[in-house]
Amino acid sequence: MNRDEIFKETQEIFRDIFDDDELEIEETTSSETVEDWDSLNHINLVVAIEKEFEIKFSLDELASLKNVGAMVDLMVQKMDF
Amino acid sequence: MSSPLNYPFEIQRIFRKKNSLKKELSENQSLHKIRVAILGGSTTDQVVNILELFLLKNGFRPSFYQSEYNQFYEDAVFGSSELDDFGPDIVYIHTSFRNVIKFPSFGCGSDEVENQLEEDLERFRQIWKALERFRCPVIQNNFDLPPHRSLGNLDCYDIHGKAFFLSRLNLEFAKAARETSGLFLNDINYLAASFGLREWHDAGLWHTAKYAMSFDAFPNLANSIAAIIASILGKSKKCLVLDLDNTCWGGVIGDDGMGGIQLGQESAAGESFISFQAYAKELSKRGVILAVASKNDDKIAREGFTHPDSVLKVDDFVAFKANWDPKPENIEIIAKDINIGLDSLVFIDDNAMERSIVKAQLPDVAVPDVGDQVINFIDFIEGNSYFEAVNISPDDIERTKFYSNDQSRKKQKASFSSYQDFLNSLEMTSEIRPFSNHYLERISQLINKTNQFNLTTKRYSLTEVSEFLSSEDYITLYGRLTDKFGDNGLITVVIGKIKDNQCHIDSWLMSCRVLKRDMEFAVLEILVAECVARGLEEIIGTYRESPKNKMVADLFTKFGFETISSESGCPRWRLKLSTYKKREIPININ
Repeated sequence: MNRDEIFKETQEIFRDIFDDDELEIEETTSSETVEDWDSLNHINLVVAIEKEFEIKFSLDELASLKNVGAMVDLMVQKMDF
Repeated sequence: MSSPLNYPFEIQRIFRKKNSLKKELSENQSLHKIRVAILGGSTTDQVVNILELFLLKNGFRPSFYQSEYNQFYEDAVFGSSELDDFGPDIVYIHTSFRNVIKFPSFGCGSDEVENQLEEDLERFRQIWKALERFRCPVIQNNFDLPPHRSLGNLDCYDIHGKAFFLSRLNLEFAKAARETSGLFLNDINYLAASFGLREWHDAGLWHTAKYAMSFDAFPNLANSIAAIIASILGKSKKCLVLDLDNTCWGGVIGDDGMGGIQLGQESAAGESFISFQAYAKELSKRGVILAVASKNDDKIAREGFTHPDSVLKVDDFVAFKANWDPKPENIEIIAKDINIGLDSLVFIDDNAMERSIVKAQLPDVAVPDVGDQVINFIDFIEGNSYFEAVNISPDDIERTKFYSNDQSRKKQKASFSSYQDFLNSLEMTSEIRPFSNHYLERISQLINKTNQFNLTTKRYSLTEVSEFLSSEDYITLYGRLTDKFGDNGLITVVIGKIKDNQCHIDSWLMSCRVLKRDMEFAVLEILVAECVARGLEEIIGTYRESPKNKMVADLFTKFGFETISSESGCPRWRLKLSTYKKREIPININ
């Protein structure tokens, strides 16, 4: 899976979690720009991503995720191994 | 596509698609509204989301109240105006081992351990006591085991062990639930064990978001809570319909003959069919009705149950349809014969084709995709919690007998010159009395599950029923009916509210087991006597139409009441007690 594909699938997950079929995410999308992205939905998002891509974020990593771009970078990195 | 909410639950699909699943399920127009307050000892947001789906699946349209994080004790004991305004129909206390106040430390003596145990118990006792103000069922989690045990195996028997401490708490919870009407346990100790403690717990999720268990565990948890709620409200399934060949025994009895089927200790397959039969028998003993729907010759099919190793006997089945008609037709006849709705049936068949035909023709029947291996069938029955029971009344245990007796009665009916002759021959005696504590559970069960002979279809909790019992403002009656074939148990309930010199019928319902036996006239006779004894002058009756209760639309007319309002929404009738004429009835009233 390359970065684009991961990004696309991540978008699908965002759409499911935020219940918005038209949601378009960008590299800079963050909890500041998506209205429903509160701490509860953040956890829902992270768990869905972990399950879908069969990866696990560490607690430090979770704390450091600033936006979608950083998230996808981290996913790419984890799936490389 | 099959629903991800059926066992085995499709966890990822549930979480990703919960919004669209919710929309889909909400389209059902006949959902029953219910208000659920969740008092959590951990984060409950996702619990609510998933529970909502399972309640929708079970025919409820829930609205929720959630306590603030870890405020279960404060909300229950000190209350909040928000919770009071919400007015819950059900309170669910979502606590876990994380909410134990303090585990025994290693240095402390046994007195101190006892004190700590008592302190934890007292906290929950206060909660349950305080919640009585809502007069509604309370569902309480017991305790799951923690993921780790620093004492190793000793943890389960040393007085300082967490596992030992939690097991003791669980036993005390069990005792409290047995002794407290309206308190029901959600056995997360079992759920966690069955799911696997390692999967049940998620340390990361606890530390980041204070969820007491993993997301993966929530479908199991929610299914369990929804099943308890459904059971309290009388919506559990009632009847298990079984196929025969390769379901109750291995092989095809029509081809292999009684001697050729696999059943017995001789082979692994033979043993596994015995295990399944033994499970079905256990269900039947605690009140689940068994039936057969099989493509077979009737005589040969019955022979299968005379096999020396067969645990089930023909008598265990209340309905036995072995013929060559399509299964959906047979299943419809079974439901009709037993007088229960199709939505009360669960159909188990190893044949995928038969399952899909029944599913397509009778969408109300539960047809789990059990596969063709008998060793898995029980997992599907339990995984979906079809037959969840919140209490087992003596009537549940006798149920199969009731229905079998009913079949003998039907046979006898054929040979009488008039129906009245038949009724007279039944030698019926009834006991009709005010509610008593002894029968409260059965009365509440009947109130919550009777649909057809039910004038107003009002549902009341155990607590409410016990209030009617003790209130001066209500006349309450229950009726039992015995005949020469057996005891039908407690089968009818009447609640009347006294206003001035009138008795207003609030509820009048009767089990379909005893339709057309004139039992309602016997009850009327006692009700009239009770009203006269209290110096009342009139009985006022009303009828609230539901999708299922047409059969009693003209009950009061049959009783000889006069119409005072025929408004379609709320027709009303009156009986002046001075004009009441006793009617000849074939029942001896004790």
